[in-house]
Amino acid sequence: MSVKIEVEVNGTRHEREVDPRLLLVHFLREELSLTGTNVGCETSLCGACTVKMDGLTVKSCTQLAVQADGASITTIEGLSPEGELHPLQQAFWDEHGLQCGYCTPGMILAAEGLLAVNPSPGESEIRESLKGNLCRCTGYHNIVKAIQSAAKGGA
Amino acid sequence: MAVLGSSIKRREDPALITGEGKYIDDLTLPGMTWAAIVRSPHAHARIKSIDTSVAKKTVGVVAIFTGKDIADSEHGGVVPVGWLLPDLKTPAHPILAVDKVRHVGDGVAVVLAEDRYTAHDAAEQVEIDYEPLEAAVDPKAATEEGAALVHEEAPNNIAFDWELGDKEKTNSGFAAAAHTVALDLRNNRILPFAIEPRGCLAHYDKNRGLTLRMTSQNPHVHRLLLSLASIALPEHKIRVIAPEVGGGFGSKIHLYPDEAIVSWCAIRTGRPVKWIATRSEGSTTDAHGRDHVTHAELAIDGDGKISGLRADTHAAMGAYLSTFAPAVPTYLHGTLLSGQYDIPAIYVHVTGTFTNTAPVDAVRGAGRPEATFIVERLMDLGARAMGLDPAEFRRRNFVSADAFPYQTQVALAYDSGNYEPALDKALEIAGYAQLRADQENRRKSPGEDGGKLLGVGLSSYIEACGIAPSAVVGSLGAQAGLYESAKVRVHPTGSITVYTGSSAHGQGHETTFAQIVAEKLGVDIDAVDVIHGDTQEVQFGMGTYGSRSAAVGGSAIVRSIEKIIAKGTTIAAHLLEAAEGDIEFEKGEFRVKGVPGKAQSWGDVCLMAYLAHNLPEGLEPGLEETSFYDPANFTYPFGTHVAIVEVDPETGEVEILRYIAVDDCGNQINPMIVEGQVHGGLAYGIGQALWEEAVYNQAGQLTTATLLDYAMPKAHQLPSYETASTVTPCPHNPLGVKGIGEAGTIASPPAIVNAVCDALSPFGVTHLDMPLTPERIWRAIHPGEDA
Ligand code: FES
Ligand code: FES
Repeated sequence: MSVKIEVEVNGTRHEREVDPRLLLVHFLREELSLTGTNVGCETSLCGACTVKMDGLTVKSCTQLAVQADGASITTIEGLSPEGELHPLQQAFWDEHGLQCGYCTPGMILAAEGLLAVNPSPGESEIRESLKGNLCRCTGYHNIVKAIQSAAKGGA
Repeated sequence: MAVLGSSIKRREDPALITGEGKYIDDLTLPGMTWAAIVRSPHAHARIKSIDTSVAKKTVGVVAIFTGKDIADSEHGGVVPVGWLLPDLKTPAHPILAVDKVRHVGDGVAVVLAEDRYTAHDAAEQVEIDYEPLEAAVDPKAATEEGAALVHEEAPNNIAFDWELGDKEKTNSGFAAAAHTVALDLRNNRILPFAIEPRGCLAHYDKNRGLTLRMTSQNPHVHRLLLSLASIALPEHKIRVIAPEVGGGFGSKIHLYPDEAIVSWCAIRTGRPVKWIATRSEGSTTDAHGRDHVTHAELAIDGDGKISGLRADTHAAMGAYLSTFAPAVPTYLHGTLLSGQYDIPAIYVHVTGTFTNTAPVDAVRGAGRPEATFIVERLMDLGARAMGLDPAEFRRRNFVSADAFPYQTQVALAYDSGNYEPALDKALEIAGYAQLRADQENRRKSPGEDGGKLLGVGLSSYIEACGIAPSAVVGSLGAQAGLYESAKVRVHPTGSITVYTGSSAHGQGHETTFAQIVAEKLGVDIDAVDVIHGDTQEVQFGMGTYGSRSAAVGGSAIVRSIEKIIAKGTTIAAHLLEAAEGDIEFEKGEFRVKGVPGKAQSWGDVCLMAYLAHNLPEGLEPGLEETSFYDPANFTYPFGTHVAIVEVDPETGEVEILRYIAVDDCGNQINPMIVEGQVHGGLAYGIGQALWEEAVYNQAGQLTTATLLDYAMPKAHQLPSYETASTVTPCPHNPLGVKGIGEAGTIASPPAIVNAVCDALSPFGVTHLDMPLTPERIWRAIHPGEDA
């Protein structure tokens, strides 16, 4: 049995027949070949799969693709126009906010969600807001710095 | 500004911040099948029967294989161990279990299906009848009378019995000591927990052989071990590729059964096979770290000088010997027990034990955090016993700056060091004297500051990186050399490709290695590319671990560059009609010394090397050099860290107010990357100290296999760090570099525990085992009370 869904991802509309149990993250990665969104746990705990859905930050491993029917989604690939960097992407680069990079797309999307509601967060607000996003490489220090610097730049 | 030593932004990042980086799970091949490995739910059990008939009927299942299928086949092999100690018991480790499972997660069968979901569905349909057996879980209790036996070949579950140092001399030091302190501790078992789970994608072609893409820190080592022991294919018919790798921390060094199973399936079926561990699958099968039970003692004379140290450790090996497991609690642990101190007698005894748990092997720091924890906890206990300030007690016992090279009593010879300036700097940044005054005030008038207890902890650590030289590690049991290779290929137009055996997974080698080349050859950094992680492209390599990449891999690049410059000099001398001895190479130019304007540019020389129209008689065309650099010794980074914590006596909660890290990793190629390594290392070590523990219950069930139960540090639990450095270059490598990937992880657990024990000292607390959970702390403050 499969279900027809219509989803807008990074500005492009897609119509697909999907298995009702297909996770949104697998839909993005395997159906649409948008592999920038990573999977670290499949249990909503690491945040590697964070994307933006209808303006809200969601973990795409805990959404079914069918739940995204009619939704508009932004992944790391669609965060900035081709050839340009979003201020957060630029800040993560400038501040050495990543090492292996595996958590990074999710971190950037989570940070984008924070700055959307709180454009100039303090350090502890940033740290609190990243509770759902784990990084094993950076110790978070430079991630926090990157978000602060993007916020200062008026992201 | 010099390129070497600058905080140049990483060239790795543009792909990674835009989602273009390709990790293992991002790769697919036409006709690819998905593997799911059926794993034991029992810690220890006999396999009575396996019934795959129902599972095989699932639509979309391609094949199901068991351990017997593999054992009976042409390409079936075992998982080898790469470090042999005298009398080491090496029971066979089949790539899928045949009669017995020995830990939760041990592989029993593999299902191949057309897609990920079907493979996992069908795996649940494989029916296995087990006869559960008693499990051995604790590394010390496993050796005691009546413990379940993990392997028939290893009586009392003892894998090895190892000692180092002069036992008698140490014992007499203790007999004559004015003071002794003793410590019983457990170094908690931790999960490596790279955010990217392990995985691989194998493809077999009859003519070209096997191509295995995998999460690897060392593709050549993986290829070698697979060829030697696991899948019986000649080495040149195996290509191992590490794509982007999402962190390793040791867990992606080792050869696991999984890569061999997937490769075997690809050979057997002729179709590409992909396997990606689920999170809890990774937790039960990634090699874990630490898990030591130790008794340690320190002897001190009447002047506060240490006169001896001895330690007895039971170290878990888990159910099977993982790749470098025997080396970790021995040569990477016992040898570090002199720390930064001049200790005249040391003796260490280590019993490696089999337990019905996941294998234990190198995890960030590997042996050195355990050793440093012993030494630095003993230093605090010693200071307390002597009534000395912990900083003063350390200072009194440091190996003095003029004593290098310094031969320790545990085999290592420290090439260089200068410990006091790092301590002084750390104390100064911390404002140590003021902190002690604040602490005294708080203790005098408790109740202020919410009654929170202030604690200050020091950790003066030593690290040994870039384990070497090969002849020595060979004599100690390594089944590999520990050199590194580099090929520097100069193209006719003068741009450069470097092929390094150090396969990075987040460390930024593509940037830092290009910095080395750009600096040494005087070329633009954008004219240099760095290739790693593919056995077909790179000559050979030992990989990235043990903080070895800059010291060993970087030095190999320098050696090749020296050869390039030598050949360039020969060509330039010929073109300039000058003697070779009169040519100097500087800033991308070969010049005749003392004759301004008489020079050949880098580009001209490179072009001539390839045009070969006018080369010295007998000189081969081309400009490409390979080096295998085998270091003369380890490198010895060091430093002092200070943790400042507040403990809430009501809840037992710890807050890190400040964390100061002063590290000396020698010359720094890229200070931004050095700092980043320190930050990450600190989070790793602080995680072990405060929150993380892989807990097995008595039945051998891992009760912390998911992120719900395994407390990996989150951003809001950690402070921003205060980092600084001193620079004592390594005297025996051409860059004067030492290594920084593990320093934070080695130094921070004792810094945190010393700080918390310092805070709790008014309650008579001398030691608490990690992780320092609120409950553990609360119970220490309120002995005998109910929470
Ligand atoms: S993969 Fe979705 S939260 Fe970890
Ligand atoms: S950069 Fe590796 S997990 Fe965050």
